Amino acid sequence: MAANEKILEVLDLHVQYFTPRGAVKAANAVNLYVKAGEIVGLVGESGCGKTTVAMAILQMVQPPGRIVKGEIRINGHNIVNLSEAELRKVRWRELALIPQGAMNSLNPVLRIREQMGDAIQAHEAISARDLKARVLSLLNDVGLPERVYNMYPHELSGGMKQRVCIAMAVALNPAIIIADEPTSALDVVVQRVVAQTLLDVKKRLGVSMIMIGHDMGLQAQMVDRVAVMYAGNMVEVGPVESIFAQPLHPYTQLLIESIPSIRERKPLKVTEGLTHDLRNPPTGCCFQFRCPRVEPRCLQAQPAMIEAGPEHLVSCIHYQAR
Amino acid sequence: MTVEETVDPKESPATRRVNVWDSPWLNTKFLVGGSIIVVVILFGLLGPFFWNTELAYTASSPTNLPPMWMAKGSPEHPLGTESNGRDMLASLIVGIPASLRVGVLAATLGMGIGVLLGSLAGYLGGWWDHVIRTISDSVLIIPSLAVLIAIASYVQFPDTTMLALVLAMFAWPGPTRLVRSQVLTLRERGYIRMALLSNVPPLEIMFVEMVPNMLPWLAASFTGNISGAILGATGLEALGLGPTRVPSLGMIINYAMTSSALVRGMVWWWLPPILALIIIFTGFFLMTVGLDEIANPRLRGYGNGGK
Amino acid sequence: MGGLTKEYVLQRVLMWFLTIWIGVTLTFAIPRMGKGDPVSVIVSRMMQRQGYVENANEIIESYKRRFGLNDPIMVQYIRYLGNVVRFDYGYSLTRFPTPAGEIVRPALPWTLGLLIVASTLSFGVGVTVGALMGWRKTPAWLQNILPASLTFTSIPYFMFGILLIFVFAFWLKILPATGGYSRDVDPAFNWTFISDVLQHAILPLFSIVVTSMGGWALGMRGLMIGVNNEDYFLLAQAKGLSPTRVFFRYGIRNAILPALTAFALGLGGLISGSTLVEWIFAYPGTGYVLYRSITALDYSVMQNICNLMIIITATGVLALDLLNPLIDPRITFKKSAAS
Repeated sequence: MAANEKILEVLDLHVQYFTPRGAVKAANAVNLYVKAGEIVGLVGESGCGKTTVAMAILQMVQPPGRIVKGEIRINGHNIVNLSEAELRKVRWRELALIPQGAMNSLNPVLRIREQMGDAIQAHEAISARDLKARVLSLLNDVGLPERVYNMYPHELSGGMKQRVCIAMAVALNPAIIIADEPTSALDVVVQRVVAQTLLDVKKRLGVSMIMIGHDMGLQAQMVDRVAVMYAGNMVEVGPVESIFAQPLHPYTQLLIESIPSIRERKPLKVTEGLTHDLRNPPTGCCFQFRCPRVEPRCLQAQPAMIEAGPEHLVSCIHYQAR
Repeated sequence: MTVEETVDPKESPATRRVNVWDSPWLNTKFLVGGSIIVVVILFGLLGPFFWNTELAYTASSPTNLPPMWMAKGSPEHPLGTESNGRDMLASLIVGIPASLRVGVLAATLGMGIGVLLGSLAGYLGGWWDHVIRTISDSVLIIPSLAVLIAIASYVQFPDTTMLALVLAMFAWPGPTRLVRSQVLTLRERGYIRMALLSNVPPLEIMFVEMVPNMLPWLAASFTGNISGAILGATGLEALGLGPTRVPSLGMIINYAMTSSALVRGMVWWWLPPILALIIIFTGFFLMTVGLDEIANPRLRGYGNGGK
Repeated sequence: MGGLTKEYVLQRVLMWFLTIWIGVTLTFAIPRMGKGDPVSVIVSRMMQRQGYVENANEIIESYKRRFGLNDPIMVQYIRYLGNVVRFDYGYSLTRFPTPAGEIVRPALPWTLGLLIVASTLSFGVGVTVGALMGWRKTPAWLQNILPASLTFTSIPYFMFGILLIFVFAFWLKILPATGGYSRDVDPAFNWTFISDVLQHAILPLFSIVVTSMGGWALGMRGLMIGVNNEDYFLLAQAKGLSPTRVFFRYGIRNAILPALTAFALGLGGLISGSTLVEWIFAYPGTGYVLYRSITALDYSVMQNICNLMIIITATGVLALDLLNPLIDPRITFKKSAAS
């Protein structure tokens, strides 16, 4: 596998939710790729469409939502128009999920062994004894004791449950794992442990990952590249160093400035505000209502993605002008 | 902090909700069920102005007349008469409101007791909660018909009010459970906590802040209880244990069954009270299901059980 | 953890006692709330029938002794509770001196048989229909026809029974209208008798199942829609499990738990309803015996059957309660964590 090979490609993805009062445009012309062994962070405030993109990649957009246009390629194969049966083969084999809110991600009435076993058995013919050995070694890999094997979810702490989810995600050694805010519901110490577990597993298996989150600080420590979304649009993508060193989009700048620091006390730049109604986006830049640098020409069209550096793309008219 | 209000006011969700036709209460099932019940009530209210209700009593008419559209039927008794000389149309006009009255009375009493006990349990918690919950769970299990029959075996229910009082004893546990769980959920909400902290009297919190939130649930429980009470009363009457002074739908069924109306082919005797009750139950059932959907929006517009 | 704990079983059994106690106490207390003594009312009513009730004087005497009309009300109450515990309801008034229990007992198997089959069918079919209605992957044609099965949901069982008798027994003449078995068939363990019993059971069963399943279906539909949105349900789909496995192991398996609780709470209504169905079909169960005792003013048999209905319901609920922790590992866990 070549180092630069694109494991996952999202091409011109449009997802809309069809509500009685109009279609909610939750993802608009989103382009993204993940290379082998890479972690790409997908950030933005809640409702910006990052989870929608993740669900679209998994082909699990819930009705009334639908992928209107676009391709999702895994190792070059488009999976958007696969049949249900074909899709089932791709799921978990190629494309695993570490869900948001580990609290409810495990079925409360099934034992851990049954839930992990389900994932493996759905894709491999495996003897009961091998299955047990496999599950136990997976639990061991994420630092969980053997007794977890026979336990129910309610007997585990939040961090343990999330580690079970990680173990489950790597069970079939998938091409790519989508981690949807894997640490958001946990307290700070547990967050670190889980994040460390995730990185360990990732390093050992060399799996590629998309990590969704709104915590820029955590992203900075874990990911290779960052993709920033606002109101269903991708506004900036780039290597983590260059994004943090030189954020180009005004929204990215606001996000980074809002990371608290103990070295300096800076006045909080307000990034709060109302996103426009996604059913009825304004013409022009999606960030126009909250952008500190908005000017009349911003209101004409959504700026195209411009290459600003190696792998660093931004969609802002101010950069274009330079 | 400045929150920029750049959103076009015409498009903001707040103004959209003002649209009257957007109200969740405009649920098809609720409206259809409600219309059915309104029609049934009107039938009972207006009937006496058009028809002599005295004909609902024994020996007021010739016996065993078929409806007017059948051979030997007479326009003087359009729906026919039964073996004791009662006019069927008059019996329906008297019986339908009698059955509705029992149901509404019992359900109203049950609702009152339920709101009281439920909020006590939810507010006071601890020992109160434990006792109220245990007793209401027990009463919820008891088959009401068994107790009703056992009571009726000793004392003849003199009138429908007494019957409604007894039926109310089985109509309170539902609302009690409901109100209790709602109070427990709602009191964790921010605005209720604010009200609690600022020493707003509990009754005011209950009726100003909480009850409006529970309204669809309470209404669903209320219509459900009306059906339940009518069902209990009808069952008792059909067995011949109801109040005998006032003609009721259940009583007509009882007379029809004991006089072998089925075998004698007197469809006009046994079918009308059953149809009337089916219409009433269907009306309340649709209202209850509709109210459930209003209370729990997730149930709406999903599959074909939706609208 | 999980499974049955001693504490949980104890708590449920206490609940069983409490339910029965409240039930029988209500039947004792309410008639005595009004003016006049209910037992003397009964006695005087029997006096009026003296002409054609055999042994009337003896019966009245035994009644007076039994209820101790002049004793304080608490003494009467305790004596009554004692009789309930011993299943002693005195003698049947119409078939004196046969004890009421002996009249009720032969009817019990018919009632229990009908109840168990009807409630299992009704819950099983209802839950399946509801689960399919609430599942996103259910084929559209099925989604379109399933709601039709709810048509009769709001009709009281016995009224639907009358309609069924009319259509199938009197009009189409393909099924027997009443009774538990034909008069010309001898009760014996052979195919003739069994098929005759089954034929007689079809209409009563139908009138209960068709009208009661809709309630469970609607409840299950709501629960299933809830489960559809749970994270674990989505994750199960993401795991690439087959739709049937997702449906059963991650859908029904979870949604059925609250549905079972609702079923337990609905058992009383089901038993009340099937009592009336037995009456309509002259089915040889306790419901029919109850009806006959009502028309004959046989108070001891009525009392016996009413209390029996309360006990059967409470026992059914207890059975479901004890089943619950076996399929939901959280129940006893929560209880022990809470105390």
